[in-house]
Amino acid sequence: MLSPARLLLAPLALSLGLYGLAPASAQEPASSAVASAIPPSETQIGLIYRPEPAPSSYDAEAVPEDEGVAGARMAVKDNNNTGRFTKQTYVLNEVALDAQASAVDAARDLAGRGIRYLVVALPAAELLAIADALKGQGVTIFNIAAPDDRLRGADCRSNVFHVLPSRAMQTDALAQFFTLMRWRKMFLIVGPQENDRLYADAFKTSAKKFNLKINAEKPWTFGPLAKARGDTPTRSEAMVFTRGLDYDIAVVADEAGDWGDYVPFRTVDPRPVAGTQGLIATTWHPMLETWGAAQAQNRFRRQSGRLMRPLDYQAWAAVRSVGEAATQKKTADPAVLRPYFADPAFSLPAYKGVSLTYRPWDHQLRQPIIVVQPKAMVSVAPEQGFTHQRTPLDTLGIDLPETACKFPD
Amino acid sequence: MSRGFRADASGTILGLALLAGTSLASLSLAGPAQAYTVYVTNEKGNSVSVIDTETMAVTGTWKVGRRPRGVTTSKDGKELFVCASDDDRIDVLDTATGKVVRSLRSGPDPEQFILGPQGNLLYVANEDDSQVTVIDVEKNKVMAEVPVGVEPEGMGLSPDGKILVNTSETTNMAHFIDTTTFAVIDNVLVDARPRFAEFTADGKFLWVSAEVGGTISVIDVAARRVVKKITFKIPGVNDEAIQPVGIRITRDGAKAFVALGPANRIAVIDAKTHAVEKYLPVGQRVWQLAFTPDQKLLFSTNGSSNDISVVDVAAEKVVKSIPVGLLPWGVAVSPN
Repeated sequence: MLSPARLLLAPLALSLGLYGLAPASAQEPASSAVASAIPPSETQIGLIYRPEPAPSSYDAEAVPEDEGVAGARMAVKDNNNTGRFTKQTYVLNEVALDAQASAVDAARDLAGRGIRYLVVALPAAELLAIADALKGQGVTIFNIAAPDDRLRGADCRSNVFHVLPSRAMQTDALAQFFTLMRWRKMFLIVGPQENDRLYADAFKTSAKKFNLKINAEKPWTFGPLAKARGDTPTRSEAMVFTRGLDYDIAVVADEAGDWGDYVPFRTVDPRPVAGTQGLIATTWHPMLETWGAAQAQNRFRRQSGRLMRPLDYQAWAAVRSVGEAATQKKTADPAVLRPYFADPAFSLPAYKGVSLTYRPWDHQLRQPIIVVQPKAMVSVAPEQGFTHQRTPLDTLGIDLPETACKFPD
Repeated sequence: MSRGFRADASGTILGLALLAGTSLASLSLAGPAQAYTVYVTNEKGNSVSVIDTETMAVTGTWKVGRRPRGVTTSKDGKELFVCASDDDRIDVLDTATGKVVRSLRSGPDPEQFILGPQGNLLYVANEDDSQVTVIDVEKNKVMAEVPVGVEPEGMGLSPDGKILVNTSETTNMAHFIDTTTFAVIDNVLVDARPRFAEFTADGKFLWVSAEVGGTISVIDVAARRVVKKITFKIPGVNDEAIQPVGIRITRDGAKAFVALGPANRIAVIDAKTHAVEKYLPVGQRVWQLAFTPDQKLLFSTNGSSNDISVVDVAAEKVVKSIPVGLLPWGVAVSPN
């Protein structure tokens, strides 16, 4: 149950965020706690995020202001529950950035207070800036929001671990499912934003890898029609542009969710839609209940009064990685835990039926990926029959021989 | 817990089990067995399937509360206790009529439980609430609430009834609880997602399954440390699909049977040397196991194929599979 103090602090954290740092934990003094003040059994974890601005009017699926944070809070509780038996405690330091605030300043401040684990829910450029600013300071950074393949490739950093699957893993998961279904001909529709192009690039690589054909590719030029009101007349040109194409399935690249949901049921030929909308590949979904996920769903809903979202799950998995490593190594010493995350002996049970591990060559978390439509689980990648010498999980994403990541050490 | 999505390629295995089931002769080879009643909880059927071991037929389907999982009988067999997880209570059924006669205040989300040797105390794992609740079943009174790790599930009781062990699925520990003080006296770290705890009949060892870790930890009860980790390897089955859950060990301490989840097998283990001797093909996603009191037969719940498998313990063979309700989870056998 939520304590009254927590209820008061949640909105407070957001308003304080406007001024930079938001100490969200009642026990933790905001100001001048130094590294030596942290007892060895107490593990401080920082979380840096930028809350989404509130929607201007009614939005059926508005991003909750505590997205991600709520998952980290649940994981800290889980860690502390286990910690009662191992005599380890965990404290979460939440930093909500406003639109202009510097993520690097926030990260430097947390590191200066002795915090050695940072969970970062920010885009790739800011994540990289934080990683470079804290280089050599013994801080482990968990990326929970940037799917960019370059962060696992040419721009990889040895102090960063990636909890969410890369775009390549997401599109490989869909491509495996299409292969299973013998849907071989794709119509790729690409949104106007840079992330949409990156998603489309990842999908093209997956198509090549699994021998699928992209029979047609078109840019989306009709604006954010998925956000238009239901009484807006159907835009005929948006329907017509799917005419005369030979394809089994339309793949939409719309990471912002502006128009992808407009496409299903509006194509000229009756074809299913997948990609960033329709049938999607993700880490978490309200329809997931296997492998004990139902328990996590219930626990989260009781704590936060809403459904658990992928970012919540990713924050949970990041904070639990720290807790799990500390339990397994019987110490919270960052010098011991940091190399352990990439050790094959480390494993994180995370409601996916198998233990998850970080790939040593790019620090990407290996994980099954759920393939799901809005109201039902459809499949789980890796699909049966896709094998790999190491583990079937390595059929998803960039494998060791192909990686462009070179850690200095 | 609920069913897996990946249907494993075991249609043929199920077929084999059914084929074996047609030769009931192998059953009678085991000698004239006493007739017992088997109770199977159907997690998505909100029911209990009742099976007669003489005819191996379903003789009834009883309605219970929502999401029935853990199941056990009273010492005299007259009552059946069923965890109705989503109704936050334990239903007590009269086994003569199949009707729910009362419900126990179990605390939230009861998943598994174990009845004390005197038959009046029920130790319940509250999965969503990180605690173990101790209930006096006659007075319907909560005697104690013991805080344990995240997602408590497995419940084992030492043969003398003095030590209760609970496993917590996300904390990955076996918590040792003193049944006189209800205090946690020790915690032993095991592999990922411990689901089940079973003491050997001599009380010296505790076996704990780790579903995600894929292992069985054998714990020296006096020293409270892991002395052996049993691992499994099945040709043609991904290591990831080998997910140990239910464990039963014969009274003479000779054999252990371990249900391996989506590997669709029960492992037969020499309980003294810990060597895995063979794998018995059963239905899909096998979780819980129960012996008949004479230990001639063993029953397994196969969640994804909606059936139970019957194992001839002496012959170490699957002799029959019996269709039950939706998503069979737990199984208990009457004492008489």
